[in-house]
Amino acid sequence: MWHRILLRHLLALLLTALLGGLLGATLVRFAPGFGVDERELDTRLHEDSIQALRHSRSNERNLLRFYADYLAGAVHGNLGVSHSFARPVTDLFAERLPVTLRTVALGLAGGWVLGLLLALPVATLRGWSYEFFSSLACGAFLCLPSAVVAILFLYFGGPVALAVCTVVFPRIFRYARNLLLQTYALPHVLTARAKGLSGTRILLWHIFPAAAPQLLALAGVSVSMALGAAIPIEVICDSPGIGQLAWQAALSRDLPLLVNMTLFVTLVTLAANSASDLTSKALVKQAA
Amino acid sequence: MRRLTLALIAASILLSGVLPAKSQSGGELHFVLRAEPKTFDPMLVDEEASETIRFLTGGVLIRVNRKTQALEPELAASWKVSQRGKKISFHLRDGLSFSDGTPFSAEDVAFTMRKLLDPNLHSPTGDSFRSSEGSVRVAAPSARDVIIEFPAPVAGLERLFDQVAIVSSRSPKKETAVLGPFTVAEYKSGAYVLLKRNPYYWKKDAHGQRLPYLDSIRLDIQQNRDLELLRFKRGEIQLINNLDASYFENLAKEEPAAVHDIGPSLDAEHMWFNQVPAAPIPDFKKKWFRSANFRLAVSEAISREDLCRVVFSGHARPAVGPVSPANLFWFNRSLQPHPHAPQEALRRLQQDGFRFDGHVLRDGEGHAVEFSIVTNAGNKSREQMAAMIQQDLEQIGIRLNIVTLDFPSLIERISRTFDYELCLLGFVNVDLDPNGQMNVWLSSSSNHQWNPEQKSPATPWEAEIDRLMQAQASTPDQNQRKRSFDQVQKIVWDQQPFIYLVNKNALAAISPALANTSPVVLRPQTFWNVESLYYSNQGRGVGQ
Amino acid sequence: MNTIRQIAAVLLGIIFLATLFAGAFAPAPYAKQFRESPNASPSRMHLLGTDELGRDLFSRLLYGSRVSLLLAPAAALLATSIAALVGGLAGYAGGWLERIAMAGTDLSMSLPWLFLLLTVRAVLPLNVPPAASLLITFALLGLFGWAASARVICAGARSLRNSDFVLQAKACGCPSLRVLARHVLPNLRPALFAQLLISIPVFILTEANLGILGLGVSEPLPSWGGLLRGLENWGAVQANPWRLAPLLLLLIVVSCFQLILPREDFAA
Repeated sequence: MWHRILLRHLLALLLTALLGGLLGATLVRFAPGFGVDERELDTRLHEDSIQALRHSRSNERNLLRFYADYLAGAVHGNLGVSHSFARPVTDLFAERLPVTLRTVALGLAGGWVLGLLLALPVATLRGWSYEFFSSLACGAFLCLPSAVVAILFLYFGGPVALAVCTVVFPRIFRYARNLLLQTYALPHVLTARAKGLSGTRILLWHIFPAAAPQLLALAGVSVSMALGAAIPIEVICDSPGIGQLAWQAALSRDLPLLVNMTLFVTLVTLAANSASDLTSKALVKQAA
Repeated sequence: MRRLTLALIAASILLSGVLPAKSQSGGELHFVLRAEPKTFDPMLVDEEASETIRFLTGGVLIRVNRKTQALEPELAASWKVSQRGKKISFHLRDGLSFSDGTPFSAEDVAFTMRKLLDPNLHSPTGDSFRSSEGSVRVAAPSARDVIIEFPAPVAGLERLFDQVAIVSSRSPKKETAVLGPFTVAEYKSGAYVLLKRNPYYWKKDAHGQRLPYLDSIRLDIQQNRDLELLRFKRGEIQLINNLDASYFENLAKEEPAAVHDIGPSLDAEHMWFNQVPAAPIPDFKKKWFRSANFRLAVSEAISREDLCRVVFSGHARPAVGPVSPANLFWFNRSLQPHPHAPQEALRRLQQDGFRFDGHVLRDGEGHAVEFSIVTNAGNKSREQMAAMIQQDLEQIGIRLNIVTLDFPSLIERISRTFDYELCLLGFVNVDLDPNGQMNVWLSSSSNHQWNPEQKSPATPWEAEIDRLMQAQASTPDQNQRKRSFDQVQKIVWDQQPFIYLVNKNALAAISPALANTSPVVLRPQTFWNVESLYYSNQGRGVGQ
Repeated sequence: MNTIRQIAAVLLGIIFLATLFAGAFAPAPYAKQFRESPNASPSRMHLLGTDELGRDLFSRLLYGSRVSLLLAPAAALLATSIAALVGGLAGYAGGWLERIAMAGTDLSMSLPWLFLLLTVRAVLPLNVPPAASLLITFALLGLFGWAASARVICAGARSLRNSDFVLQAKACGCPSLRVLARHVLPNLRPALFAQLLISIPVFILTEANLGILGLGVSEPLPSWGGLLRGLENWGAVQANPWRLAPLLLLLIVVSCFQLILPREDFAA
């Protein structure tokens, strides 16, 4: 039973990711500036060379054929060659993926710990002054452009992962705070409190199970939040990860690299959200 | 006797400023590449990061001295140009080796030139030699002689060799075997390039010590300019090239000894109106843009002094034309920048039938004069220049809309769809010789931006520019060439197809710990004499 | 607590009025360049000093707030409504509808929308009036900013689907849409309010970044996002700390919004 559900999920995941790759490629292919090369403005180049540059990417004009070729190559482990870096995409990913995964994982972990730690007292203490100041602090981080956050980290020498954490935690805080407040007001929690159950016990036995579906969904979503935040931060902090790669690929309309990037992001997003869905369903079943 | 002692002391002090004692060599120089180098193959270099690596690692036959702008023998002990610039013969230095120990010979030069001049390579360096069709003959009659014959004269031929890094025909390490002062030791994509000194580099100082003095150079790949400045202040890097004016001012307050304003650079900021007949813009606008009077009026309505003072904090000069005053030989000294003269501009516009009611300028048919200016996003000084031009044009009733676009979208508009009205961009000039600008001025060229790829010149003045550019290219006589190119500059000044705005000053920051530095206007501003840079005693800690 | 809410409402009202009648309060037109005094410090003439081109920063802040203060909450509301609709419907209906909606949401979170924005800019004429360009920008933000919260809302709606009161409402013959509108959505309010509050500053900042693509507010019109982007030059901010004024104002406005939003009844 379980492995059938898992298989179905995996199949759906793969199909959606493939669709995502195709849609991403379509967006790039029809964006202005596709097939344009900065080098065309080099005044030293001979007319023939400029024409050769202009036609160098004509094989990408037919999108469906490009995608079919790409998929055929991908099955054999060949992800194509990036235009802007003139290197195989597999090499670039192998070099940069660990950097970003580390940044995002640390940033997410930090963001969740900080967000929950700040949100829990709001729900349990119910003092307006604590709530006011914690909300203000999180609001301040929401209002700061991520570029500014990144620059501040550069100035004060913090690690890149911490910058991702500062972008993620206010959002976690905001959702978690509201969800926890709502859950603490549920009748069964009130009853438990009235009966004098300890705070930890209420939290573990009554709050988390009730808020779990939405918190888990938030966990899934926060992965793509962190990935999204990693792009500007890596670009500004010059951290050699996938985010920096994505930005340069976008600026040069590097189709082979962008298709891989979209596929990768889609897969990660889908995997994170599916995992959160499955866990949530399992929890519901267990409770029932 | 006392005099002699004093003189000796003075001489030793003087010498110590120029030549380091043996103990002062060593250390690592640290600075930043602002983009990922796209290639380490010196023949395919087409952007600044790769260019930097090529300069630091490549050995060339002839070097343009960045300070005097004169030519100096490098790998070639001597050379001779003959047949009116069709033929060049080199006599090479003896006993040189590549960084891996492979001996250097004429065969390597011949190999490099044959490969570079292959039209299918599409190399900017190779393309700059291609003045006409036909094959190039390269011969190496002896181990130390090379003769290259071109199908037609190539003007300013010797200077082009400044960009040609010789690669080995025999070394198993291919293009990583180099003849320059440093060699690439390590590269981590997105992070850094580490260069180590070439143990076989041929140059020696006056004491007979083998150059370069530095052991290594670490180039961090870093786009963020704030971070670059911060790291300079912290002493983590020792050089900044092409410093922005605002950063210059910021640094000057804290470390006045570290910043250098070297004067106007070769680069210009300019803008041009779209004059393409097939452009998808209304006909009445095309009519405005094709009128020299209209372009001149716009040019005169702009206060270049204000641009220099406000946007560049005074570190720029009003531009005159395609050649910067920094280009000592080719600049036409009889020309002055167009003055800020709104009244004169209005008078010119009235000649063309425009009417100004105090608020709005209208053309003869009653259309309000309004157009957009596009520029590349993310370039702060250009965005500020556009905002200032907007206010200047408002004075004569012209409404200007500013649109910033990312670079590929912008290039598509100016080179494919021609869907733009006015474009503001910069012109990076690497070549002192006007031949480097050939593809900008010839009306048939695709880089003739205001109206590219014309079948035949659209206007008499463009035909005249074509003729003059061809004329200057076909003679080796420098003075004759200069006369032709002076005329081109004058026509451009009169017609304003490109409205030149400012020449930015070359600004640089150099750590005082580094000795023997001599920043110049030409690229690479701060490290052109990299082989003779060293850490002075007090600064030894910094680079170690 | 009620006093604080009132204070917040009054403060927000004052800021709204000040920006609405910016013309009356602003000491100079927002585009006027005092070229003799760029980067000036605060003075009686320029309350918050001037920017790099010598434009009065206080006036720019007032006018910029007008634009952002009206449009960002509107776009946030749009995004939240879409999230409520998609997430609520999908979670409540369940089955294949939920699966398809969530797959769409996941795709929407992973696709490079940047290129669509670039295409939109390419389709628009270059001389598009600033007001139109602004409206389009914020509409796009609203249209694309819903995906993340739709997922959280869907999860909430799913767990409500089988709750006692929804089952009871259904048993009493309450039509599905009514159940959704009266029983499910109100219970999803915490997530929706969180989405609304997060979106306002995020959209304000995104607008500034879209300026890079030629969308968004173009010169010389100021916007909060544009003013906040000025903070990226941290060296200049350190030298002129009053440049932080836009950040402070944004913070005040967002906090006020947070305070006056109807608080969850249960938390009182």
